[in-house]
Amino acid sequence: MVIKIFKNFFKKIFSSLFEGRRNIKMGFYGPPNSGKTSLANRICKDFTGEEMGSVSKVPHETRNVQFKEKVEINYKGKAMTFKLVDTPGIATKIDYEDFLKFKMKKKEAKNRAKEATQGVIESIKWLDDMDVVVVVLDASENPYNQVNITIIGNLVARKIPVLIVANKVDLRKSNVKKIEAAFPEYDVVGISARYGKNMEEFYESIFKLAKRV
Amino acid sequence: MVKHRNLGKIKGFSLQFLPFSEIRSLSSSERIKKILDIILGNNILILQGRLEAEEETRLIEDTMAMIRHVKNFRGIELAVISGNNGNILQKARQNIANAISGGDLGAITIIGPATVVKEIKKNPRKIELLLNK
Repeated sequence: MVIKIFKNFFKKIFSSLFEGRRNIKMGFYGPPNSGKTSLANRICKDFTGEEMGSVSKVPHETRNVQFKEKVEINYKGKAMTFKLVDTPGIATKIDYEDFLKFKMKKKEAKNRAKEATQGVIESIKWLDDMDVVVVVLDASENPYNQVNITIIGNLVARKIPVLIVANKVDLRKSNVKKIEAAFPEYDVVGISARYGKNMEEFYESIFKLAKRV
Repeated sequence: MVKHRNLGKIKGFSLQFLPFSEIRSLSSSERIKKILDIILGNNILILQGRLEAEEETRLIEDTMAMIRHVKNFRGIELAVISGNNGNILQKARQNIANAISGGDLGAITIIGPATVVKEIKKNPRKIELLLNK
C-alpha cells in the first residue's frame, strides 16, 4: 500500500515535469451497452476524423481494452491532448444464452462469453492507470445498479477524477435527473453520443475534469 | 383487494445470513473466497455490512474467472443497501461509527448466483429480488 502511494506520487511528479497536461489518460468505464465506444468514437470522429471501435446492439461488443493515442481536443480556443482508453463493459454475470437471442450460434456465443469475462477483468486491472475517468451510463436504465456504484466507489478510493455521462438522452425513456439524484456528489452531463447531442457541454466538463489531474 | 402473484415451487437454493463478525477478521482474499463458496453452494447470501469498494471489484474479477472454470456458473447478482444517505454531519458520524466497528454495519449486501437470482431491482429505499423460474 505504502509502495503504491509512493509509486503514484512519483509517477504524478514525473508526468507533470515531462508531459505537463499532455496525453492525459482518459478511461471510459460503465456497464455493457451504455455507449462507451459510441462516445469514444464520437470524440475521435470530431477531432481525428477516424472511429475507434465497432459498436453493436449485442452486449459485450468491446471485449478488449482499446486505445487511441494523442487525441487533441480543442474547445473554445484551448487544446488538450488525451490518450483515450475504451474499456469493455463491467458486469457481474455473463450468460452465453443471452447472446443466442441475437441469432448467434452456440459456439460463437460461448466464445463471446469467454472473451467478455476476460474483458471485465482487463477493465478492472486498467483502473489504476487512468488519470481521469468518464463513467458512461445509459440514461434510460436504472442508475442504482451495483456495478455503477462499485465503479464510482473504486475511482473515489483511488482518487481518480470522475465525470458521469448520462448517455442516450435521445431515447424517450431517458431520465438524466434520476442519474443526478443517484449520484448527487458528481458532475453529470446528459448527451447522445450517437447523434452528437450536447457534446459542447461534455467537452467543457472534460476540460474541467482534466484540470483536476 | 390486493392481487397476489402465483407463487410457483421454488427449490434448489437457500438463504444464508452472514453476520459481519464472521468476516471482520478475514483478509480481503479470505472474505471473497468465503462469499463465493456460499454462492457456489446455490445460496443467496445476506451479509450484514458491506465490502470495501476494492473488495467489490475483486469479487467481480474472481466471479469472472469462476464463470470460465465452473460449469453452469453464470456469475452473480449483487446489491447493497446502505443507510448512509444523510447530510454531511450524519455521514461524518456514520463514518466514525464505521471506523470503530470495522465496517458499515448499517448496510446490507445481497449476493446470489445469477442462475437463481434473475435480477435485483434497487432504488434508494428498497431492494426487490426477482428469481429465475
